[in-house]
Amino acid sequence: MKRIAIALLVIAAFVFSLACERKGGNGNGSTTGPIVVGYYGDLTGRTSNFGVSTKRGAEMAADEINKAGGINGRTIQILSEDDEGRPEKAATVVTKLIDQDKVIALIGEVASGNTLAAAPKAQAAKVPMISPSSTNPAVTQVGDYIFRVCFIDPFQGEVMAKFAANTLKAKTAAIMLDFNSPYSRGLTEFFEKSFTKLGGKVVSKQSYTQGDRDYKGQLTSIRSLNPDVIYVPGYYGEVGVIAKQAKQLDIKAPMLGGDGWDAPQLWELGGDALNGAYMSNHYSVEDPSPAIQKFVADYKTRYSIIPDALAALGYDAMKVLADSLKRSGTTNGSKLRDAIAATKDFAGVTGVITINAERNAVKPAVVLKLQDGKYVYQETIKPDTEGAPTAQAPAQ
Amino acid sequence: MDTFVQQLINGLTIGAIYALIALGYTMVYGILRLINFAHGDIYMVGAFVGYFLAFQLGFAAGPSLVGLGVVLIGSMIIAALVGMAVERFAYRPVRKYSRMTTLITAIGVSLLIENLFVARLGAAPRAFPQLLREQSYSLFGNAAISKSQILIFAVSILLMLLLQWIIFKTKVGTAMRAVSFNLNSAKLMGINTDAIISITFALGSALAAAGGVLTAQYNPQIDPLMGIITGLKAFVAAVLGGIGNVPGAVLGGLLIGLAETFVVGYGQNIGVPTTFRDAVAFAILILVLLFRPTGLLGTTVQEKV
Repeated sequence: MKRIAIALLVIAAFVFSLACERKGGNGNGSTTGPIVVGYYGDLTGRTSNFGVSTKRGAEMAADEINKAGGINGRTIQILSEDDEGRPEKAATVVTKLIDQDKVIALIGEVASGNTLAAAPKAQAAKVPMISPSSTNPAVTQVGDYIFRVCFIDPFQGEVMAKFAANTLKAKTAAIMLDFNSPYSRGLTEFFEKSFTKLGGKVVSKQSYTQGDRDYKGQLTSIRSLNPDVIYVPGYYGEVGVIAKQAKQLDIKAPMLGGDGWDAPQLWELGGDALNGAYMSNHYSVEDPSPAIQKFVADYKTRYSIIPDALAALGYDAMKVLADSLKRSGTTNGSKLRDAIAATKDFAGVTGVITINAERNAVKPAVVLKLQDGKYVYQETIKPDTEGAPTAQAPAQ
Repeated sequence: MDTFVQQLINGLTIGAIYALIALGYTMVYGILRLINFAHGDIYMVGAFVGYFLAFQLGFAAGPSLVGLGVVLIGSMIIAALVGMAVERFAYRPVRKYSRMTTLITAIGVSLLIENLFVARLGAAPRAFPQLLREQSYSLFGNAAISKSQILIFAVSILLMLLLQWIIFKTKVGTAMRAVSFNLNSAKLMGINTDAIISITFALGSALAAAGGVLTAQYNPQIDPLMGIITGLKAFVAAVLGGIGNVPGAVLGGLLIGLAETFVVGYGQNIGVPTTFRDAVAFAILILVLLFRPTGLLGTTVQEKV
């Protein structure tokens, strides 16, 4: 009897934990009813700040569009799926969104590794996908249905290299990269290339993997070489801890990084150890332009926090998609694809978006200085030529 | 030279944490011949209990030594209770079956704790409030030691001495040693073996929880899966030192911590990538099992027939 009771208890616990499964969405291939757009991102995993911010931005954009009358009389409905920040899960949820929910387009992911895992599914099903913020070049090379509304790593790496060499007058740099992340490896490669071209020298390259808990070994090696700057192109969860441990080791060289740093949690982990670090990003909340200030104010009213760049890019991705839907007048995959590809001079929050032949957005980047929980605007660096430098994706 | 000293300090710091966790593995093994795979998760539970205590009791606002003490001891007590509960409800009912049954149960408990935490709290890492005002002291040259490292050394040495005292100078400790010699004979001598096993789990879990809270001061990132790799390495440390042997667990922990740090610090010079840090612990495990299966300080125990 007692055993049966225990068994029942275990079963009850399982049923309870499964109880929060979501309901499936309606099929959509029709020409009436809401237009169903799929969103996938990391909502509960290690980089959940990314997924949640992007989703909020996209949802805010969809609500604005619906309030303004929708797309040719139809409203936009976002179905979102959680990939827990895992590439294999990203591929699964995207397959589900395409096959079961019949979404007409996809928005996601933030981390390039996850987008790279999901993109082939969208390409095979001919469902257009817009990544708000995956910066690795390989993402849009998956196929002609994959787009992005952000700049790419060759440019982002170059921006930081220029800033280090020209503004900070750095001669030597050390790099600390996230070994298993295509994003981090891409930035490392392009930073090193540009920095060397500008006369600098990369004196040490150290690596870690996501989920490592101790970085002092690498940091001690870096300290012994005494570089002018340390480039840490990783994600906020690790970067916060790296900053803290660098401070424990009394390392004075400023840390530099990319848009992967952008999350409030960075400050919770790193605290004042982050003061004086610099990062490249997609936009600055301090930008006085009315479009940005309106977006920041609306977002703050809605979610009571300041939008990070990922929220702004999620917002822009949704707006670009809506604009393309309007222009194409249909939800047909190939026509919608052509419309997205034809996006030109679209005024987004993160800058004017023009999709180039490689399906990337060509946009300037900003450099921000981290100071007491704030991102202080330093300078804007524009792409050199028309169309960001094209470069081969790093080997994975 | 100062780089070497610095790496030594870094290695000993994480080694001390491994040692604290390894003690729990080794004590439980010594008494029950059970590898308690849920032990790494108790370390995680300790860190999370500390996290919630710090917020609930209002210590999260700023650094305070009192807060740190309360959080540390509170999380040790609660983790001890969790450890006892795991033993009472998961291991005791299956103790009479084969050793394999208990081993599989241990793996099950480990997965249960991890996924329960992921389901309730999400897998996203959280930032542990800093209860210690961080500061570095330079030793000589560039070598520096931070307050959190001093804390880790001080607390772990204190706890290890305390454990040594409990095992060798108290009645409970004598009973523990008796049970580890032979459970049935100890029972015949009138020792309440169930209670002693319970206390062993409580002690081991409290040490692991201390490890959890201390790590969180050194590295503020905690997440529900943080116990997996750390737990495995601590287990390797226990085997390296000789499982069942208390000083061996400490020695093994320090050695694993040092090996890992030196791979990161100097591996690149001889062509070993830094990402091999986790592989090193397991390579050591294989070598130990090949050449000295009883571990560095372990003694051969004749299997009883």
